Amino acid sequence: MEKFKTFISQAIPLNIANVDTDQIIPARFLKATDKKGFGDNVFRDWRFDKTGNPVSNFPLNNAIYSGTILIAGDNFGCGSSREHAAWALVGFGFKVIVSSFFADIFKGNALNNGLLPVQVSESFLIQLFSAVESNSNCQFEVNLENQTISIRGTDLSESFNIDPYKKTCMINGYDDIDYLLSKREIIEAFELQKPY
Amino acid sequence: MKKTLFDKVWDAHVVDKVQDGPQILYIDKHLIHEVTSPQAFNELEARKIPIFRPQQIIATADHNTPTQDQHLPVKDEMSRTQLAQLSKNCKKNNITLYELGHKYNGIVHVMAPELGITQPGMTMVCGDSHTSTHGAFGSIAFGIGTSQVAQVFASQCLLLTKPKSLRVSVNGKLKNGVLPKDVILYIISKLGTNSGTGYFCEYAGDVFENMSMEGRMTVCNMSIEMGARGGMIAPDDTTFKYVKDRKFTPKNDEFNKKVDYWKTLPTDEGAVFDKEYFMDAEDIEPMITYGTNPGMGIKISETIPTDNDPSFQKSLQYMNFQSGKSLINTPINFVFIGSCTNSRIEDFRVAADYVKGKLKAKNVTAWLVPGSKQVESQIIKEGLKDIFNEAGFELRQPGCSACLAMNEDKIPQNEYCVSTSNRNFEGRQGQGSRTILASPLVAAATAIEGKIIDITKQFN
Repeated sequence: MEKFKTFISQAIPLNIANVDTDQIIPARFLKATDKKGFGDNVFRDWRFDKTGNPVSNFPLNNAIYSGTILIAGDNFGCGSSREHAAWALVGFGFKVIVSSFFADIFKGNALNNGLLPVQVSESFLIQLFSAVESNSNCQFEVNLENQTISIRGTDLSESFNIDPYKKTCMINGYDDIDYLLSKREIIEAFELQKPY
Repeated sequence: MKKTLFDKVWDAHVVDKVQDGPQILYIDKHLIHEVTSPQAFNELEARKIPIFRPQQIIATADHNTPTQDQHLPVKDEMSRTQLAQLSKNCKKNNITLYELGHKYNGIVHVMAPELGITQPGMTMVCGDSHTSTHGAFGSIAFGIGTSQVAQVFASQCLLLTKPKSLRVSVNGKLKNGVLPKDVILYIISKLGTNSGTGYFCEYAGDVFENMSMEGRMTVCNMSIEMGARGGMIAPDDTTFKYVKDRKFTPKNDEFNKKVDYWKTLPTDEGAVFDKEYFMDAEDIEPMITYGTNPGMGIKISETIPTDNDPSFQKSLQYMNFQSGKSLINTPINFVFIGSCTNSRIEDFRVAADYVKGKLKAKNVTAWLVPGSKQVESQIIKEGLKDIFNEAGFELRQPGCSACLAMNEDKIPQNEYCVSTSNRNFEGRQGQGSRTILASPLVAAATAIEGKIIDITKQFN
C-alpha cells in the first residue's frame, strides 16, 4: 500500500447525501478479476448520459473543478460492500474523501486502499462546500500526522479522528495482512483452546 | 457483568488486542463468491501467502450467473471468465465450491443456512454486505471488503474495533398480510438508513420470537440497509429445530452439546445496549418504498411525504413520483420475487397462495427466482411451479438475478419494478430502472393486478 503523505490540493464537491456504492461503481462493472480500470467508470451513470456522453454539469466533469480531494454529502458509501468502489475512486485519482458521515464497510475499504476518509462535523462540511463552490481554485490541506483538515488562506480548520492503528498503517504503508501474519502463533494457539 | 448476545459471541472469538487499536477476531466460517474473491486470491498469490484454513471456506457462484439455461456455457465472456476463475482458485486451494448447476448451488445467504453451515454462536464473513442474514441464527455475521477477504484467507482473522450495540424490540401481534419484509422495511423507514452505522443490531420481542427462520433471515438481511454491519436474533427452539439434521450440522451427542452451549447465548436480563428502540406490531402495515434508498418507505396506504432536502427531491425526480401522492394504482410492468432477502421456500409459498387460481396481468413481466437449487426443487415438489405456470409467472433458475442485475436479468430504463429485493438505489436493477421494494405478497398482488393495490383491503 502506498504511504499516505500530508498534502495540499484543490477539491471536487459532490453535494449529495447517501451516495451508495452502486452509484460509485455500478454492478455491471464488477466482472473484472483484477483491480485495474475501475477509475474509468467511477460514478458512471452520473458522469455519462444514456448515450455515453459526459454530463457537463456533473462536478467530476466540470472543468473548473480539479484535485485529489472529494468533498461529499452525508452517509457516503452506503450499501454494497464492494471494494471496487474504493478502487474506482483511487483509480480516478482521489486520495481523500471528506464527509460528515461514512458507511462502515466503505470506510474500512478506503483505509485498506490508502484512501483517507476524513469525517468532519456537519457545520464544517457546509463551510468546505461553500469554500469550493465559491472558489474552485480554493486549496485544502489534509495533515494526517496532526489529524487536521484546513481551508488554505483562511483560519478555518477542524481536527478529525482516526484509529491510531490505522493511522500508523496509512503513514507507513502497512496493511492488516502483515500484522495478522505476525500473529500466526497466537492464532494457532487460540484455535487449540477455543472457548466455544 | 450482564452481557448481550453480541457480547457473548464476540468475546468468545477475540484472539488478541492491538494496543490502542482494534481486536483480532477469529472467523469460524468464510463464505466466498465469484465477484469479490478473485482480487483477494491474486493478492495472496502475489505475496506467496498460502490460504491458512481452506476447510473453513465455502464457495458458491451466485452474483454473476444466468437464471436460464444454466446447463449451457455462460454466454457473457467476462462473466464466464469470472466464474472460471472462481472454480480454478477453489480447486487450486482445496476449497469446497458449489458451482453453477450443483445441487447445493445458490445465493450464498440462502444455501449456507439450508446446508447447516450457518450455526448459532459462530462468526461468519463474506465479501457481501447481506452477510448480516446469518445473524438470524444468533451468529455474528457481516459483510467485508476484498482486502478483508484476503486477510481472512491469510489468517482466518480480522482486525476490528468492537461495534456498539443497538436493540430494536417489536412486540404485539402482526396484522394479517404483514410479513417479515414489512417489519424490517417499517423499522428502516422509522430509523433511517444510517441509524445503525457503527452498531450491531439485536432484534428482540415476541414478533421475532414467533417468526420462522426464513422470516428472521429476511429481517437480519436488511440490517445493513440501516447501516448496521449485522443483525442478530437470539437462538431458540425454532433455531435449533431448523439447524438440526442439516448437512454440516453436528450430529447426535455433539449436536446436543452444541444446543446446551447455544442456550447460554441469549442476552442476559438487564444487559445494557448503547441504543434501544421499541415498536408496536400493531402499527405495522404492508410497506412499500417510493425513493432511492430503503429508508424511503411508507405504509402502502399512505402518501409520499414532503421534504425540501435536495437529495430527497433528487430521489423523487429519479422515481418520477411526487410528494403528497399515493402509490396505489401506479401501473407496474415488472415484478421480481427473489434475492437473498426473499427467495426462500416460505416466500414462494406466500406468493403461490395468493396467485393460485388467478392470472397475471398482461402488461406484467414477472420473474420468480429461487434462492437455491434446493428451494427450486422444493417449489417443484410442493406443486408451486404448476400454480405459478398456470397464473402466467416464469420460474427461473437460482441466483442473485435482478436484485443487482449483473447478469441479463435487467429492468429496462424508466420502468418500475415491484421487487422483493433489498435495495432501491438508482439503477440497481438496470440502468435507469426504478425499484419499489415490497414483500412477496405485495409483489404477487401487483403482478396479478398490473398495478399497485392496497392489499390491506383484502385482509381487513
